[in-house]
Amino acid sequence: MDTNTNTGPDTDPRPTLAVWKFASCDGCQLTLLDCEDELLALTDRVRVEHFLEMSSAEGPDGERADLTGRGPYDLSLVEGSVTTPEDAERIRHIRRVSRRLVTIGACATAGGIQALRNFGDVAEFRAAVYARPEYISTLRTSTPISAHVPVDFELRGCPIDRRQLLEVITAHLAGRKPNISGHSVCFECKRRGTTCITVAHGTPCLGPVTHAGCGAICPAYGRGCYGCFGPSEGPNLRSMVGQLRHDGMSERDVLRVFRTFNAAAPEYAPVPDLTAEAQDCPQDRTGRTDTTPEGPV
Amino acid sequence: MHTDTDVNTPAPAASEEKVMGKDGMAALVGALTGRGYTVVGPTVRDGAIVLAELESADQLPYGWGVELQAGQYRLRRRPDGAAFANAAGPQSWKTFLHPSRVRQWSADRVGEETVFTADPSPPPRYAFLGVRSCDLRAVAIQDRVLTGGPHRDPVYQGRRSGAFLVAVECTEPGGTCFCVSMGTGPAAGPGYDLVLTEVVDDDGHRFWIRSGSREGAEVLAELPAHPADSATREAARAGVTAAAERMGRTMPEADLRELMAGTLDAPRWDDVAGRCLTCGNCTMVCPTCFCTTTEDVTDLTGDHAERWRLWDSCFDLDFSHLHGGPVRASTRSRYRQWMTHKLGTWYDQFGSSGCVGCGRCIVWCPVAIDITEEAAALHDWTRSRPPEDAS
Ligand code: SF4
Ligand code: SF4
Ligand code: SF4
Ligand code: SF4
Repeated sequence: MDTNTNTGPDTDPRPTLAVWKFASCDGCQLTLLDCEDELLALTDRVRVEHFLEMSSAEGPDGERADLTGRGPYDLSLVEGSVTTPEDAERIRHIRRVSRRLVTIGACATAGGIQALRNFGDVAEFRAAVYARPEYISTLRTSTPISAHVPVDFELRGCPIDRRQLLEVITAHLAGRKPNISGHSVCFECKRRGTTCITVAHGTPCLGPVTHAGCGAICPAYGRGCYGCFGPSEGPNLRSMVGQLRHDGMSERDVLRVFRTFNAAAPEYAPVPDLTAEAQDCPQDRTGRTDTTPEGPV
Repeated sequence: MHTDTDVNTPAPAASEEKVMGKDGMAALVGALTGRGYTVVGPTVRDGAIVLAELESADQLPYGWGVELQAGQYRLRRRPDGAAFANAAGPQSWKTFLHPSRVRQWSADRVGEETVFTADPSPPPRYAFLGVRSCDLRAVAIQDRVLTGGPHRDPVYQGRRSGAFLVAVECTEPGGTCFCVSMGTGPAAGPGYDLVLTEVVDDDGHRFWIRSGSREGAEVLAELPAHPADSATREAARAGVTAAAERMGRTMPEADLRELMAGTLDAPRWDDVAGRCLTCGNCTMVCPTCFCTTTEDVTDLTGDHAERWRLWDSCFDLDFSHLHGGPVRASTRSRYRQWMTHKLGTWYDQFGSSGCVGCGRCIVWCPVAIDITEEAAALHDWTRSRPPEDAS
C-alpha cells in the first residue's frame, strides 16, 4: 500500500509516521497491520512515510530510507535491538530526524531474545553457527534502543499488544499521555476475574513481577505468565524467585524463565544470585503443605 | 435489602422462619429468577468456588469444601454433600456491585459542540445467594463508603438498591477466617432479605431459613418449606457456635486502631516489604477495598472520547503519583498504607474497621503475607520495645 502519492508533504496537514526495523522478527510491526479495523482511520490521521512492511513499492524516501531518510518524522516507531555497528549508527540518524521516538516490543525495549548472547561468547556462537564466521559482523551484545539514543516512550511486549499500540498512537495524536500502566499482570488478572492459578493450583506464574499490558491472557487459560512484557515497575525479584522455588521450579528453571525475550532487562540482573541464594533457604517459608488440587480444573 | 444499610442497625427480628430441603433451594433460585432477578451464587469453576450467574440450584457447590491457607486454595470433596460448608472464595460481591471496569460517559464532537452521554445501560437486578456473614458486613461498609457521604456513586447505588441478599451463616470456617476477631461472623448480622443455615445430619440435608425484610418474607412464603422445628434450629445454631470456636486465624487482643497508629516506625514494615510483591492482589480480592482510577480514552478520529473507571490499588506506584513523582515510592510505605488504612484510619474516615476478617487477602497473596501475622508481629514489637524517652 502506498499512501503517499496523492498529496505532497508540503500540502498535507497530517503528521508523519515512520516504522523502523532493527534486529527483530517483525512481529511488532505486524501488530500495526493487524489493526485491520482501524487502518483506514489511522491513515486518515497520519501520513505513513516509511513502513517497509506495508509498502509494495518504496516510499518517497527511496531505497536507502533507513540510512538517509530525510524526515522529519513526527512519530517514529522503532522495532528491534541494536546488534551491529551499522545499526548503532542508523538509530542515531533516525533519532535526529524524528520528533518523537517510541520503541515497540521486547527487542527494542530490552534487547530481545537475541540478548542471550550478552551472557555468552558471541565469537563462539558465530563459529558454531556459520560456515564462514569471518563474514559476520556483529556486536558482542544486543542492546535496547534506549542504550543508544533518548527514547520518548517504551511500549513493552513480545509481541506488543494491538490495543496498546493504538493507544500510544492515539495519545500522540491527541497530545496526551498514553494510558499504559507499569503495574503487575496481577492487576489485569484480577480485573478480568481469573482465579489465581498460583494460589489455586500451585502453578508458577511471573505475573506479580511482570509489566501489565497483555490483559493477563496466560492465566486465563491456566498457564503461568512467562514474562513476555518484561519487568513491572519496581519488581521484588527476591520474593518472586523464592515463590517460584516454592512452586516447584528448579534453580535452573528459575534462571531460564527469566532468560527469555527480556533476558537483558536490568531489573533481572540479580536473578542468578537470588536463585543460588534461594537454594540455601528452606523452600517453604510459610509452612504451607504441598497439596495438589482436586476436582474440575 | 433494598435500602442503604447502616452498619449499626440492630439485626431485625426474624419475621418468618422455616425449614426446607434441597428442593426448597431449587425453588428459591426459581422464585428469585421469576421475580426478575439475575441470581448470582457460588459454583465450582476453574478449580475454585467462584461467584457466577446461576440458572439452577444444581450449580451450587454441593459436596465441595475448601482447604485454605496463606497463599494456597484447594478444592476438596465433602462426603456430606453440603453446599455451603466452605468459606469466602476468590471473588467478593464487589465484583458485581462495584465492577472492575465501568464506562462512566462518552463524548462526541458534533460540529462545534461536544455532546456528553452518560452510560445509558440500566443497572442489573441481582439476587445474591450465599452472602457470608463477613461479606454482609463488607457490603454494609461499601454502602457507607460509596453512598454514605455527600457524593453517591451512581453505579454502585444503582446495582445495590435493587439487590436481594440471601445470606448464609458459616458452619465450616476456612483456615484463614477471623470474623470472630472482627465481630462480623460467623452468625449473620443485619442487612439480609433471607438468611440460611445449612444442616446435614442423620435427619437429612436441610436449611433453616429466616426472612429479614418484607420481600424476603414474601419469597419465603412461596417456597416448599415446613415450619421450623426446634431440632433443626438447635442443630443450626450449634453448627454456627462451633464454627466460632474453629476460626483459622485471630487478630491480636489489642485496639487495632491504636496499634496501627503507634507502630508506624516499626522495623516489621521493612520485613514485610522484603516479601511483598506489590502485585495488588490483596486489594483486588478485599471485599471493602474500593479505590478506582479513571482513564480517558480517545479514538483515532479524535471526535469520540470515553471515560472509564477501573479498580486501582494503593500498591500501584502510580496510585500516589503527584506532580514530581509518587508519594509512596517504597514497598514499605505502600504495604503500610494498605494495612494501616484497613485496620486504623478507616475508623477516622468511615467510622468502622475496613477489615471484616474474610481472610481473602491471606489466601490470595501469592507469597502468603498474612495480615493477622503482621498485626501480631507489630503487637509483639510494642510490648518488647523499650519505653521511649526513658532517659
Ligand atoms: S495467576 Fe499469575 S498473574 Fe494472575 S493473580 Fe495469580 S500470580 Fe498474578
Ligand atoms: S470469615 Fe467468618 S463469616 Fe467469613 S467466610 Fe470465614 S467463617 Fe464465614
Ligand atoms: S483486609 Fe483481608 S481479611 Fe480483611 S476484609 Fe480485606 S481481604 Fe478480608
Ligand atoms: S501483600 Fe501479597 S497480595 Fe498484597 S501486594 Fe503484597 S504480595 Fe501482593
